[in-house]
Amino acid sequence: MRRRLFKNLVTAPSTEPVSEREPEVLEAAGATLRGAIARRLGRSLAIREVDTGSCNACELEIHALSNAFYDVERFGIRFVASPRHADMLLVTGPVTHNMREALERTYAATPAPKWVVAVGDCGAGCGVFANSYACVGAVAKVLPVDLVIRGCPPTPTDLLQGLLWLISDSAARAATDASRP
Amino acid sequence: MLKALFADLLPVASHRGWPRVEADAGVWRGIGEALREGKLDLLGLWGDEAAVHCALYEPATRHMSSASIKVSADGKVPSLAVFHAPASRLERAIADLFGFEMVGLPDPRPWLDHGRWAVRSPLAERAPGPEPPRYAFLAAEGPSLHQIPVGPVHAGIIEPGHFRFTASGETVVRLEERLGYTHKGVEKLLCGKTIHEAARLAARVSGDSTVAYGFAFARAVETALDFCPPPRAVWLRAVMAELERIANHLGDIGAICNDAAFSMMHAECAILREETLRTCAVAFGHRLMMDCIVPGGVTAHLASAGHDAILSLAQHLRRQFPELIELYENTASLQDRTVGTGMVTALLAAQFAAAGYVGRASGRAFDTRVCRPYPPYDVEPIDMVGRDEGDVDARVWIRMLEIQRSLDWLEAALASLPNGPTHRPVIAAPTVSVEGTALVEGFRGDVLAYVRIGPDLCIERCHLRDPSWFLWPLLEAAIEGNIVADFPLCNKSFNCSYSGHDL
Repeated sequence: MRRRLFKNLVTAPSTEPVSEREPEVLEAAGATLRGAIARRLGRSLAIREVDTGSCNACELEIHALSNAFYDVERFGIRFVASPRHADMLLVTGPVTHNMREALERTYAATPAPKWVVAVGDCGAGCGVFANSYACVGAVAKVLPVDLVIRGCPPTPTDLLQGLLWLISDSAARAATDASRP
Repeated sequence: MLKALFADLLPVASHRGWPRVEADAGVWRGIGEALREGKLDLLGLWGDEAAVHCALYEPATRHMSSASIKVSADGKVPSLAVFHAPASRLERAIADLFGFEMVGLPDPRPWLDHGRWAVRSPLAERAPGPEPPRYAFLAAEGPSLHQIPVGPVHAGIIEPGHFRFTASGETVVRLEERLGYTHKGVEKLLCGKTIHEAARLAARVSGDSTVAYGFAFARAVETALDFCPPPRAVWLRAVMAELERIANHLGDIGAICNDAAFSMMHAECAILREETLRTCAVAFGHRLMMDCIVPGGVTAHLASAGHDAILSLAQHLRRQFPELIELYENTASLQDRTVGTGMVTALLAAQFAAAGYVGRASGRAFDTRVCRPYPPYDVEPIDMVGRDEGDVDARVWIRMLEIQRSLDWLEAALASLPNGPTHRPVIAAPTVSVEGTALVEGFRGDVLAYVRIGPDLCIERCHLRDPSWFLWPLLEAAIEGNIVADFPLCNKSFNCSYSGHDL
């Protein structure tokens, strides 16, 4: 273990400030995001992920946000274990009837101000599961949705960019509201 | 056993892949008894319009067969769960979806139907029955026992399901799972779809196994239609399947260690997993390779850049991964958590026909690629790994060894990849309904796909069975007597699919 730790100490981090495939997008996204969160929430964004019947591909990509390449925590974004600690619900899946109540109760347990982001083609519009007896449909049919991040599944980069858009947009709204007489 | 059991029965002509026979109540009972005696493995049990089918595997001869029993006019089917406990949840699901009465089923509680759908028995045109009573969890009573209800929304970024723990102090006395929260009605949606629309649904049954499902579905369709995809497509499918296996094993090994608070391994494995997914995107155009396998072939040709990317990934993993194995082996605090934790006995693994690494870590020598080899594994065989300990540690070891086997296989396969087209349109329309069944080894274990295709080339009935059906009950057994804090560790070492199970 010591050898490995030492090796990691002397090699460059995997985290991508400049990536060959996704260069500035990721870094720029993160940097702006942090500023926007700072204006609205002070220091950080706490996210509670809710799977309402997803095929688990979205979960895999949301997980990837925490790996060393994307390292979402460097931007102040954290995934939390309880809705009571969350500022945002990240909801995946075509909202099955069997999960509807759990989603509503999770939302009710989240303190305001709170945002809802629907992730993936299922969360956006039920995806390939449309017209099933077992699905309610898009997340927006159950909760007020602030942002939709499409994709099947969306890539980690899509997810980061989507979160950024939401936060800067609401920050702008807040600024506009504050400037009103 | 299979031969003797079905000696007097002629296989159904429309079914391809392996024989399917139509059993009467006596033969059905014979199947139940053979399952109870451990002479046969139950690999699937599913409903149809007026029948119930089962898929059987005989370990001694490695033969497979399907059998069906007609549902009586008043909707009754004799239960196999009377003889063979692993059939229980499958029969409960059949009862929920088709409204059949499984005569003798020891546990008649609903399973997928939580009483929230607007319809009852959605796959059958049947009059709805009475409302089901409130779901009653099994009792665990005694002084100082307490219950811990968990879920359906869990603390991590994972799928929803409910776990009801009964604990004595820190020790788990009983775990009871309640699943079905992610039930999306996939089997109903599949009915009437074209094979291409259906392939997209099949690819979304369990996202982590999207390649395995695409592979199994395509093979079932092609078997039913007696269609041969181009050779290059056959090989590329397996290349994708091995990449999927490597990516998932890497992710899970890290996550298991993380659940024992050894986050360094998690971080290191996550890097390798991400590199694998990026290679998949370069080679096949999608990080998880979703929709890359279709009936008739594959959608990606694998250009030379992709070919080279996979080879350099293999070399990279060969350099990096052994260091992580060493790290795992030499960290006593980690071994302290994994060794002897979450035991699955060989007896239970055999009884439940435990799939994949769970079975192979408990002495069940079954790997579809080896025991029922399908192309291209019939030409380019892969080694099966096995352990007998049956604990979390053994399951981690199986996965670590399988990554290396998959790398060996990938390098050999890429060296002998045939040239030519990667897709041939499936246009042959059958004159009558045809059926096909296929079994494909996903990272988690064997995925079973059954399709019946009508003359218009549309799906009449399709059943996709995730390996998790037989693994979830074993998790209940594995956690018994362990401390509550070791549950995440056990759970992750199984990594059952909720979506694949709930369908």
